[in-house]
Formats: sequence, C-alpha cells, structure tokens
Amino acid sequence: MTFMRLSGLTLAAALTSTAAWANCDLPGGNVNILGNDFAAINAVVDGARACAGNGMSVSANLTIEHRDIQVAALTPNPAEYTSAIVANSSIVPLINGGLIRPLDDLVAANGQGLNQNQLITIDGQVMAVAFMANAQHLYYRSDILAQVGRDVPTTYEEVLSTAQAIRDAGIMEYPYAMNSKVGWNLAEEFVNMYLGYGGTFFEPGSAMPSINNETGVAALEMMAALNAYANPDFLTFDSNATAALWESGQLALATMWGSRAAPILDDEGSTAEITGATGLAAAPTVGGGGIPASTLWWDGFTIAANITDQDAEATFVALLNGLSPDTIMANNDLAVWLAPGYTPGATAQGVFATANAGARPYPMLPYMGLMHTALGDNLSEFLQGQESAQQALADVEAAYITAARAQGFVN
Amino acid sequence: MPHRTFLWFILPSLLAMILFIALPIGSVLVQSLYVEHEQVLIETETCGPFGCTPSVSVDQNATRALREAQPLGRFNGLRTYTDRNHLAFAEVAAAWSGSDGWVDFGGRLMNLPFYKALAFTLAYTFIVTPFVIILGLAIALAVNGLPRMLKGPTIFVSLLPMIVTPLVGSLILFWMIDADGIIGATLQRLTGNSDLSLKASPALTWLTLFLYGIWSSSPFAFIVFYAGLQTVPGETLEAAQIDGATRWQRVRYVTIPYMAPLVVFILLIQLMDNFRVFEAIVGLSAQANASSLSILIYSDLRGDVAQFGSAAATSMMTIIGVAILLTPVLIRTWRDFNRKRV
Amino acid sequence: MSSVAHRRSSALIVLSTGFVVLWLVIAAFPFLWTLWGSFKVQGDFFSRADWMNAIWGTRTAVETGGPFTGAGYEGAWIEKGFWRAALNTLIVVFFTVVISLTLGTLGGYALARSGYRYAFWLLMLALVFRAMPHITLVSGYLLPFFEWNLWGYKTTAIIVLVAINQPFTLWMLHSFFLNIPKDLDESAMVDGCTRFQAFRHVIIPVMWPGVVTTGLFSFLLAYNDFAVTAMLLSRENQTMVPAIAGFLGSTFEEGNVMFAVAAVVSATAPLFVLIVFFQRQIVSGLTAGAVKG
Repeated sequence: MTFMRLSGLTLAAALTSTAAWANCDLPGGNVNILGNDFAAINAVVDGARACAGNGMSVSANLTIEHRDIQVAALTPNPAEYTSAIVANSSIVPLINGGLIRPLDDLVAANGQGLNQNQLITIDGQVMAVAFMANAQHLYYRSDILAQVGRDVPTTYEEVLSTAQAIRDAGIMEYPYAMNSKVGWNLAEEFVNMYLGYGGTFFEPGSAMPSINNETGVAALEMMAALNAYANPDFLTFDSNATAALWESGQLALATMWGSRAAPILDDEGSTAEITGATGLAAAPTVGGGGIPASTLWWDGFTIAANITDQDAEATFVALLNGLSPDTIMANNDLAVWLAPGYTPGATAQGVFATANAGARPYPMLPYMGLMHTALGDNLSEFLQGQESAQQALADVEAAYITAARAQGFVN
Repeated sequence: MPHRTFLWFILPSLLAMILFIALPIGSVLVQSLYVEHEQVLIETETCGPFGCTPSVSVDQNATRALREAQPLGRFNGLRTYTDRNHLAFAEVAAAWSGSDGWVDFGGRLMNLPFYKALAFTLAYTFIVTPFVIILGLAIALAVNGLPRMLKGPTIFVSLLPMIVTPLVGSLILFWMIDADGIIGATLQRLTGNSDLSLKASPALTWLTLFLYGIWSSSPFAFIVFYAGLQTVPGETLEAAQIDGATRWQRVRYVTIPYMAPLVVFILLIQLMDNFRVFEAIVGLSAQANASSLSILIYSDLRGDVAQFGSAAATSMMTIIGVAILLTPVLIRTWRDFNRKRV
Repeated sequence: MSSVAHRRSSALIVLSTGFVVLWLVIAAFPFLWTLWGSFKVQGDFFSRADWMNAIWGTRTAVETGGPFTGAGYEGAWIEKGFWRAALNTLIVVFFTVVISLTLGTLGGYALARSGYRYAFWLLMLALVFRAMPHITLVSGYLLPFFEWNLWGYKTTAIIVLVAINQPFTLWMLHSFFLNIPKDLDESAMVDGCTRFQAFRHVIIPVMWPGVVTTGLFSFLLAYNDFAVTAMLLSRENQTMVPAIAGFLGSTFEEGNVMFAVAAVVSATAPLFVLIVFFQRQIVSGLTAGAVKG
C-alpha cells in the first residue's frame, strides 16, 4: 500500500500553477450547488459564481443542513442540485444510492490543472474532486511543557505521563481534552484510537463488525485513561467547548481538529501568551503503532447523476473555476487546500504532520456510517464507569448488526 | 348541524391534515414494516489525497435490479418493532431468564436503547407535567392578586421562557450551568464542593433537565390559568367569603374546581409535549445521561446513513405511547362530550 | 378578629409578592443576561476565566477598546444579511397565522356545533396527528417535495406549518366556540340565515378574543419553528431560527456564536412589542372562551 503524501502538494502546486486552467467559456448550462456553509466553501462557490453569464446560470444553497437533504435532493430526475459538496463520510450515501456520476470524462476534458491526488477514485472511477483536508491532531502549550521539562508527546502514552507530570506539578488539575461529546464526536475519537492501534472495524470483505476484541478494549481503555486527565464534563465537549478551554488557557494538551487552528491562533478570544505558546503537532501514535491515531478527512465536490451532460460539464467547469490557483491564493488561510496554488501556513502544520506520519483516511465504507452511529450511542457508559469495555463493545456490535440488517448490509 | 354543512366547514382543515399528516403517518407505518433490500457488496479500491485503500462498495447494477423488483424493500412485518434497537423482545427475554433479581434485570433492561430512552421519557413526563401545572397555577393566582398596574409587565416577563428560541436559550443556560458559568460557580460556592458538576453526574443532569422543562413550560400553563381565573364568577367568591371561607378555602373549593377543564387541557398538551422531550436534551448536551424516544428518532435520521425504517418504528411507538398516556384524560373528555350533547 | 384577618392577608400579600418576584427573576434572568452579554465579545460572554467578565466586559475592552460592542449585531444584520431572514420570517409567520386561523375557525366552529359523535372522534384523531414527531414528518416530505419541485419555497413551508399546527388550532378554537352560546347563531338561522351567513354575521363579530389568543400561539409555533423551516427552505428563503442555527458553526468550523446571540435578542424584540400590544387581548380572549378539555 503506498500513500501519496501531502508533502508532494506544494511541489505539485509550484509545477502546475502555470498550467492551462479551464475557463468558463461554455455554451451554457445550469449550475446549482449544495454544500455546507463556511468560509472556505463560500470562497469556492463565489469563484464558481464568476462563471455565470453567457447562457450559464450559477446558484447555490449553502446550509448546515446540507447533509440531511442531499440524498432526497439528488434523487429526482432532474435533480434539484447539479453538485453536492461532501466529505469522505457524507459522500457514502450518495454513492450507495448511485446519485453521483463518474467524472473521468470531465477530468480528462477539463481537469488538467488538478493535482492527481485530488481525485477520489472508487473502483478506478473518479467520483469526487477533493479540495481541502482536515484531521484531528495534537495541540500543545510549549511554555507548560517547558515548565515540567517534557518534550512534545509523540505517543498517547507520553501524553498520559506528561499530563500526570503537569498535574503533579500543580499547574493544572485537568490538563488534557479531546472532542468527546457523546454521539458523533465520541465515535470519531474511538475510530481514531482504534485505527491507531491497528484495528479493523469489519471482517474482511464483509459488513460484519469485528471491534469486540483486545484492540477495541485497548482503544477504549486508552480513551478512559486520557479522559481521567480531562474535566469531568468531558462527555459534553464538542469542538466549541475544547477550543474555548484552550483559548482560556485551561489546557496544556488537546486533540482537536486542524480546521480549528486558525480561529484558535488568531487574536480573538485568547491572550498573546496562550496563542504564542500554542504549538501544533502530529496526532500521537498509540500502543506502539506506527501511524498517528487519527483519521484524515477531505472535502470535495461531486456531480449529480440525474442531470444532463451539459449541466454536468457546466458544473464541473464552474467549480474548477472556483478552485483556480487565484482563488486559492486569495483565500490561502481559510483551509488546508489540496488544490494547486496553496502555500501551507503555520495553522496547517498539524494536519500536514499527521498526514505525513501516515495517518489513515476515514474509512469510506457503505456501512461505516451505521458503525459510527452505533459507537456514538454506546460508549459513554463505559467512560462513566458504569459498564465494562467488553460490554460497551458488545452493545456497539449488537446495535450495529441490528441497524445493518435493516439496511440490507448484513443478513 | 347537518352532515353536509359540517363537511364544508371542516373540509379545508381536514384536507390539510389528511395531506400533510395522515398520509405521511400512513407511509411511515408502511415504511416501518419494511427493511431495505439486500445490498450487493463488491470489493474495490478507494483512492484519494491520502493514498489508496482496499474497500467495499455497493454494486449499483445488482442493487438497482433488486430495488426495481421490490420498490418498498423487503417485507419485515413487525420485526423492526421487536428488534434490539426497539422493543428487543429476544434481549428482554434473555435478560429475564438470565438475571438474578429485579435489580439485575433492571440494569440489563437499561442497557437496551429503547428502554433507557423510555425510562427517562416517562420520568420526565411524570415529574415535569404536575410541576408545570402547579407552578403555572401558583403564578397565575399570585399575579392575579397584584395591583392592576403591575399585571401587564409581569405577564410579559413571565412569558419570556416560552418565547426565547430554545436553540439559543438552552445554549446560554448550558453555559450558565457550567462549572465556570454563573450558576455552576455559584452552586459550587454555596455547597462548598469544587467538584460539583451539573453536567457530569447522571442524577444532577436529570434534575437539571427537569428544572429546565418546568422553567420553559410553566409560562404556557400560567397564561391559560391566568385567563381562566378571570372567568371565575365574582358572586360565588363573594358568597363564599360572606359564609366565612378563608382565602385558601375559597381557592380550594371555588377556584380550583372551576379551573378543572383548563387543567385537563394543559394536561393533554403537556403530557404530549413532555413525552416527546427533545430540545432540552440536545440543548443541554445531556445525551450521555439522558435519552428519549425523540432522541432515538433523531439519531436514526441524522446519521451518515439515514435509517428510515427504524425511525418510522420509533415514531409509531411514540404515537402509541402518547395515545396510552392520554387515554384517561380522553375518557373524561368523552363523558363531558356526551353530557354536553344531551 | 378583623385585625387577625388583616394580618393574615398582609402576610399573604408579602408571601405572594415575594413569590412573584422570585418567579420574575427566574423567568427573566437568562434573557437579561443574554441582552447584556450580546454587547460583549465571545471571550467575555462565554468566559472560561471568570463569569464576571460577562458583566464588566474585560476582553471586550481589550479586543474592541470599549466595554460594549455592537459587533454581534453588525455581523448578524449587515455582514450575514440577517435582515433577509427577518423578512422571510415576517412573510412565513404572517401567512401561517392568517391561513391557520381561517381554516381553524371554520373547522373549530363546525366541531363545536356538530353534536354528532364523529366530531369527537375527529378531535381525537387530531390529537393523534399532533403526537407524530415533526422530524419524522419532515423527513418524509423531503423526497416528494423534491420530486414535484416544491422544495425550498416559502409557500411550501407555510402550507406545511399550517397543516401540522392545525390540530392544536382546531382544539383551541373549538373550545372557544363551545363557550359562545348556541342561541346566538341558532336564532339567526331561525330568522332565515344559512349556517354560513349566521357564522359570518353573528359569530365572527364575537369570536375575536379567542381568535387572537389562538393566533398568538400559532404565531409562536411558527416563529420558533426549527424542524420544518430548517429542512424545507433553501438558503435564500430561510427564516430566522435556522439562520441563527447557521451562525453556531459545526464540528469542523468555528461559528459566530455572538452573531447568534445578537440575532436571538433581535428576534425577541418584535415579540415584546407584539405581546405588549396583544396583552389585553390574550387575557380577555381566554376569558371569553376559556379552554375546555
């Protein structure tokens, strides 16, 4: 298995930025984009909107509810939207339902400017074009590490001992936090930890779960050990809560999303002492594993299946225009871009380090969403000390199998 | 009123309800009886910015053929209702035969999502509803005794918990009860316990949710009761006063009986709303310690893979649960109705 | 004797006044806190360091140079175009209330006057309809609405809001009509009016208090709705509550929580005006009708 790493990106960017870029000179077509509502996507969509005119119409619906309406919106023929902007988890229901089209022809005709590794291929067919990356990684306070004479932890075991040292030194009672809110966040932490231990979620080639094993128990116990250094409220900690704790200087070590680095390091909400001492490092490894206990995420665009070829091409070209090196350069710090034109800044270090250390992408399996939901609903009792790790994992498997059976993945 | 006239009057309303509620309920019922097709899986390779990994995906052509053969999916009867994520018949039976004593059985039952949710839902419904009615009545009586000048502003302030969007209202309350927030920090100081957390302990979380529920629903009961108080006939009260009834006796024997129909109305609406408790749990991020039927539905529909069948079954059971809860109240209404009819 | 009674009643007055004051503090405090905090920066309003910062505005002074800032309001209304959401809300809520009341008045009147058993069963059925969780209903609407190209429009959201609030409206209005004496419209019919003429000329003039009260509840339901408006409206037609949700951000992206706080305070302002305006109506409305179970 070979991993093409993000480090190649800057080089690729330098090489391709002068390459011919598709312009939106097309006979016409309707473009309608569905996506999430945040600054980076807004920038891309604004770039796409620049193509409007000359028979081409470009509109967009950017809303936080995009994920919940995308399947229904792309199902009718013609589909309501010509493109859905997705992440590697939310693309799955679109693929499962056959609602997005292969992009090979469009890439061949118009996508010369794209980096090869922006193309998301499934079974050899390009199904999406990724444009930004994200991952959870370690945030640390260099001043506090210096006080206790520790280096930046590279393993979760070191995170534990460093946290203990900080507690022993009387600096902080609860020096560590992760996004461990019950539900999606907690499940994501388990996914990270379990993959870090080298676990696999399913029996090979099947949808049967295989998490109730030593690896699963080890991952859960590591989560419990880490959260012993977290505030007792940790089961309510989402990204907003951990970021606020960090900005107030109540944390020395934390596992948080790379996309939160820019808002944490800016001059709002925190003091210069805290932001000045905040460092970003790769997600730690765990249990002697060779790869960071984290998953890599991307955001990218897809093109609906149930639309005319003309609209599909117009959409593809318009979105490529939104990803032109000019757009990326103008919005350089809004995201960790995968598209040519990007110069990684200080806030991207953590994501880059995590990707370069070999972290795995979040599994893009048709039934991973069901597993994620089952994990999110069933792990809190163990972390509260109300049941054993084995029982928690058995509950996850039972809940998952019931759901997977109803969805037709398991007989 | 002749049937024909009745029909014309009710038709627009009925049509709206049939189209947008009855038909969807019918389709939800049908959906709950079916499960998805078997998904034909093939092994593939997935590549992206972070390299290639062996993967599995759904065989579109084979699955499409199955979908066209049976558009509704595979008929499953009531088995979705009885599976582990719902009524869990098999698991309950196993827990019954395998447990030593009631406590153990209860513990095993609480490990099943449906029963865990039901336990909180019922506790919430039966604790919050009476307090809302009592508090609402108390506020209404007290406000009614205020000087006329003060009544207006008081009513207006009393309605505030009902009007502020729960979305942000609960966000701010959630913040206030944090150990660093104003209420949480004050409580820590009052109890002298610096580890006190309203968010970590299950018992305190339940208490917080109950209090939030009472706080946010009382204005509804208050405004209905307050209005009802205006209709209590003054002569009866005066007569009671002349007969030497104390203020309390007047409230107990004149006012409260007069308000009985209002109590029924509030009970009906509150039982139903509290049984569907949702916003309080989400707003106060209490999913670790509290779950409800509506939370289960939300979790099914909002995952990366939406589970319509499962959500449909839980929704139907919510309707049945509400119907059971309301039956005693409705029997009373039926009697009233027949009495009035005569 | 009289002095004892007097003492008791003054003790009661103190007690009940104390109770009202306590309730008012509990009811109003979170809102007043929000109102005050909406003029601070996020670092103060959600201060981890010391909640007193929200009162004094320590970070606000550092970040903006003064103890108060209108940045939340400016961001929400100007930068994020919250006025559009406010306008959409106005349209959606106005039509929802008007249509709800029109349908509900006709239906509620019929239910109150029918006297046949099926009227009772219809009311029961309405209750069952009301028990259906909205999130399930809305998820069911999505696919057909997209298929028939109805999704995303304000009209669709208005019709759905009217329909799913119809059970509550019917129940409440039916109760009001029960308290309007039957003789009123029946004597009009003896004089040769049709049922509809009797309704129009005799009932409509006396029904306003009940309608206004029901209207207020319909208004609040539509105004605070999230389940329907978040899922059925496209971005440009979005109403205030989903727009506020949009300010809160997601797991990956930081939101503008202070925009949301400012937006909530602004969204509450028109309600204040409304309630002050209709205060007397609400009370006299319920008075005339009372709500009979």
